[in-house]
Amino acid sequence: MSARSIGGWLVKGSAAIAWDAHGELEVLTFDLGGERFAIEATLVREIVELLPETAVPGAPALVGAVVNHRGRIVPVADLRAAFAMVAAPPTVESRLVVAELALDDETLLLALRADRVREVVTLAEASSGDAPSVGVRWPRAYMRRLVRSGDDVIVLPDLAAILAPAFDDTGVGG
Amino acid sequence: MSIEDPTAAFRVEARELLDQVEQALLDLTHRLDDPALIDSVFRGLHTLKGSGAMFGFDALAAFTHHIESAFDRVRKGRARATLELVATALAARDHMRALVEGDAVPQDGAAILVRLAAAVDAPRTEPAAPPRSAGREAATSGWRLSFRLPRAALAHGTNALALLDELRALGDCTLVARRDMIPPLDQLAERDCLIAWDAELRGAVPRAAIDDVFLFVLDDMELSVTPLASAEAPTTATEVTPVLEAAREHERSAADQPAPDTSGERRARVAQGELVRVPAARLDTLMDRVGELVIAQSRLSQLAGDRHDLLLRSVAEEIERLAGELRDTMMVLRMVPVASLFGRFRRLVHDLARETGKAIALETAGESTEIDKSVGERLFDPLVHIVRNACDHGLEPPDERIAFGKGATGTIRLAAHQAGGAAVITISDDGRGVSRARVRAKAEASGLVAPGEVLSDAALLALIFHPGFSTAAAVTNLSGRGVGMDVVKREIERLRGTIELVSTEGAGTSITLRIPLTLAIIDGLLVRVGTACYVIPLAAVEECLELSAEEDRRSLGRSLITLRDRLVPFLRLRELFASDAPPDAFQKIVVVATGREPVGLVVDQIVGSHQTVVKALSPFHRGIGSFSGATILGDGGVALILDVAQLVALGQQIEAAMEQAA
Repeated sequence: MSARSIGGWLVKGSAAIAWDAHGELEVLTFDLGGERFAIEATLVREIVELLPETAVPGAPALVGAVVNHRGRIVPVADLRAAFAMVAAPPTVESRLVVAELALDDETLLLALRADRVREVVTLAEASSGDAPSVGVRWPRAYMRRLVRSGDDVIVLPDLAAILAPAFDDTGVGG
Repeated sequence: MSIEDPTAAFRVEARELLDQVEQALLDLTHRLDDPALIDSVFRGLHTLKGSGAMFGFDALAAFTHHIESAFDRVRKGRARATLELVATALAARDHMRALVEGDAVPQDGAAILVRLAAAVDAPRTEPAAPPRSAGREAATSGWRLSFRLPRAALAHGTNALALLDELRALGDCTLVARRDMIPPLDQLAERDCLIAWDAELRGAVPRAAIDDVFLFVLDDMELSVTPLASAEAPTTATEVTPVLEAAREHERSAADQPAPDTSGERRARVAQGELVRVPAARLDTLMDRVGELVIAQSRLSQLAGDRHDLLLRSVAEEIERLAGELRDTMMVLRMVPVASLFGRFRRLVHDLARETGKAIALETAGESTEIDKSVGERLFDPLVHIVRNACDHGLEPPDERIAFGKGATGTIRLAAHQAGGAAVITISDDGRGVSRARVRAKAEASGLVAPGEVLSDAALLALIFHPGFSTAAAVTNLSGRGVGMDVVKREIERLRGTIELVSTEGAGTSITLRIPLTLAIIDGLLVRVGTACYVIPLAAVEECLELSAEEDRRSLGRSLITLRDRLVPFLRLRELFASDAPPDAFQKIVVVATGREPVGLVVDQIVGSHQTVVKALSPFHRGIGSFSGATILGDGGVALILDVAQLVALGQQIEAAMEQAA
């Protein structure tokens, strides 16, 4: 299964980064497990406070629960599972980032857990680089780019690659 | 409707046209001389050719042209409609369908055209009795016409001038325009066709030729045709003819009257005027919104009930009523009559009759029964399987039938009616019925029953639905493709329906399907396992009982309880779902039926019954199998809906693994 195609669906705008003509990209940054992540601002539908979650027995830990988001059943993704981070209890600052992933013939809503949502910023391609092959303990395929912004390093995760194993038909385990 | 891609719109239209052509062709096999049917086929093909060329389906247009020409010749009496021609046209229709979908095999088309040429040329040697005897009609000296095109003709792309030219080409023709309908300039809508014409057409022109000119606007236009005055027709013979002709006309139009009932094309045209085509996705969205509204409304009712505010309560009740009505209306929107589903079987039975060499008649009843559109689509494959089986194994060859004292033609009957919240569809045949001896022999051979084991008749028949069971001695092209009735049964159960087989040896078999009218809302039993709530479809629930602490302890080693002298296996959902919370003191068992045997599901608490709006799970959770969907509870929380059949299979796997480990 390639990183860009999950379960036969193509996740658009996820693997390749759509820098604009000036080499810039507007993103929403959020903290998770002491790291700072960013996803394209255009994918973000809404930021909501934590909702009561319903665990789905047998589902992979990455998408182990669903919530009722405005009448839709939305799976909750916890990127901690993908980046081998220790589970942490929610705080008053915890939020769900509801993102819209375009699949081939439908739009999938996905709620990403975040310890804290920061801000919408513009990243410059010039200050970005590929993930180094040493010094990073996470799977390289899960990261599209690392971007320096001030003193921070922001990770642009590859949601398509991260979610691909969860589309596996067996679904059990994970 | 907004379809961005015009070729997609064409495909939709082409499919409908081809279906109409198919229905007309099938009707034609019974009434080869019916000019209305031939016209209907011709018109369908002509429209397809035209719009096909317009949307760049050139191969389709070129191919359709040949078939259209063949039917044009039949129409004009230069060739005869034969069964072979109709069969070729049906094959051609399939090829056109493939061309529309873009998966055609070019060689098929060439082969069909060769067959077509043979079919059309053959009868040319016997030109007797063409469907429309043009000879008699040609004897008139001319016609006086008065006609007015439909007001919207220009907007619909009819070229009035071309029609007039065509009329002139028939013979010496004088045309006078009547302008009485044209309003003052400021009230004139420039796209309306308001001019009427009077024409005198002199010469030996057949009446049918005039109709042909107006073929595509005939239904909506005003047209009166009278023979020219006798002054221009000196011989007595021609004077008589118009009278005869008028009488014949009258006969023909009278004969045409019942046609709309049988001609699929006309039926469809009538229906189209009253219908709005809406993409299914929009209905789904609307359904979702209505579901949300119902949930929000139930929360409002709950809040209003807690307060002693009469005004608030009356508003809440009003909204409850409105939301309920809205939901009922919404349900009806998705319903379609089974006629379209049944209609697809005419071709199948027609083909099966040819393949098997049996004479098979298809009867349908209750076509106006309505079912959810998506249910209807998912019913098609199982029905195909059942009908194939009936044609292949159920019905006997003609000689065998005659030997049994039956008519040579076997009958397949599709009937539908509504009973409560379910649609009941019965597929019956008057064939040989299920041979109990063969079922038994087969079941013993495959080890499903022990030799000599006593089985009730119902239990014996139920074996047919067992996986891997097929009584057909020979694997034919029709059935016996390695899948049996068990696949049908599983699919029906997936639709939360039931299947029942009744058979009398020698007299036939009847299979009854009961399908819930909709998949969008189900009655569910809300249960709690640990801290989470789940919904069990009420249709699958047989009974609920308490698992006493003593029985619980006793059954720890094995997963069986005694239920009225019967051992029923059960699954502990808290183990299956790895729930950490301590079990309740009084656990309950919900006994569900999944076909062969009842299975108990152990839960902590039975909360109650719950009207459930079913929502699909995301692709991440569809593959798990234990859940068929999810629903939103009155408090806004989410409950998963159990897929009972899958869950039991999963439980059995675990049990088998445990037995192996032990």
